[in-house]
Amino acid sequence: MSSERWHITLAVARYKQGADPHIQIFELEVDPDEYVLDAVERVWAFHDRGLVFRHACHHSTCGACGMRVNGQEKLTCITPIRAVCQKDGTLKIEPLRNFPVVSDLSVDMTSLYTRTESAAGAQVLNLKHSSLPFEKNLFPDDGLEHERLSDCIECGMCVSACPAALTDAAYAGPAALAAAHQTVVQKGLSALPAWVDSAEGVWRCHSGFECSAVCPSNVDPAWRIMELRRLVILNRVRCLFGLNKD
Amino acid sequence: MRNHPSPSRFPLWFDPRSRHPGTWAFILNRITALGLTLYLFLHLYMLSKLSQGPEAYDTFIALAKTPVIMVGELLVIAAGLIHGFNGIRIALTSFGIGTRRQTELFWLMMVLAGLGTLFFGYVMFFKD
Repeated sequence: MSSERWHITLAVARYKQGADPHIQIFELEVDPDEYVLDAVERVWAFHDRGLVFRHACHHSTCGACGMRVNGQEKLTCITPIRAVCQKDGTLKIEPLRNFPVVSDLSVDMTSLYTRTESAAGAQVLNLKHSSLPFEKNLFPDDGLEHERLSDCIECGMCVSACPAALTDAAYAGPAALAAAHQTVVQKGLSALPAWVDSAEGVWRCHSGFECSAVCPSNVDPAWRIMELRRLVILNRVRCLFGLNKD
Repeated sequence: MRNHPSPSRFPLWFDPRSRHPGTWAFILNRITALGLTLYLFLHLYMLSKLSQGPEAYDTFIALAKTPVIMVGELLVIAAGLIHGFNGIRIALTSFGIGTRRQTELFWLMMVLAGLGTLFFGYVMFFKD
């Protein structure tokens, strides 16, 4: 933190069921090295206790504080104000897209959780299954079996940024498809959920690649979706020639 | 319900604000596809002039050689090149080829489309 102080304007999307949605303005003095979530919390603490938003861990592990900051999906607990605003500038804070708004900045993410669950993606993975194939191995090879948590923190930002999810409520979405890919990596193609190879699965993706652009956690959903497509086509070709072992 | 996905929200596909090159490619592909579809109908209308006799056809061809129409034709060529090259990029990435380099692929394809448009523009406007 620095001793520098900035005046900023926070333009917060407000919505309560039965009332008209609107933008409410709050003037704040902030340290520019604070995070966007700190500014939102300050509004709640000192200006309006009725402001509803989700947050928990404050260190990008829980994925609860995903919001749109100046139109773009950001995990607000790790987004410094300095990175998205200037002195005397405005920060527009809105809820994630493509999820029903419960109140103000809080959205109902039930669809994300149920779809991710139906992909049977493991939360804890063997080290060799947990990383993307083009990633450097960050762990020393000591000959022992290691496990770690999967990268996806279920923040929902990939679904919010996805243009296909904008218009199709039935689309499985990038997070669930990435989880399905993780399942295939771990258990083989026979574990592929049937919905992946369907109009609402990998084939609904419009190749906008926004999911990977906003993912704060190195999941790279777009790469996983394209890899799933490749595997699905490969599997079909194998089936055609009776070569499928799965 | 507010913010719920719906087909009626499709105009937001064309909003490039706060988006990345992947979405710009997505928007360009849709705009060029719509433009090419519109051109197809214009092309069929032009061909229908054949059935109205040689004079009607010649009159239309004379109109087609005016600078304004030729600029329109160059836009059609540009749309075809943008759509085609971007389609190659999407086909490659959809098979897992160059997925990690899709942004660079997009710019490469747009440079190729731009060069192609310049070439055809030169042929149309400066070659006898």
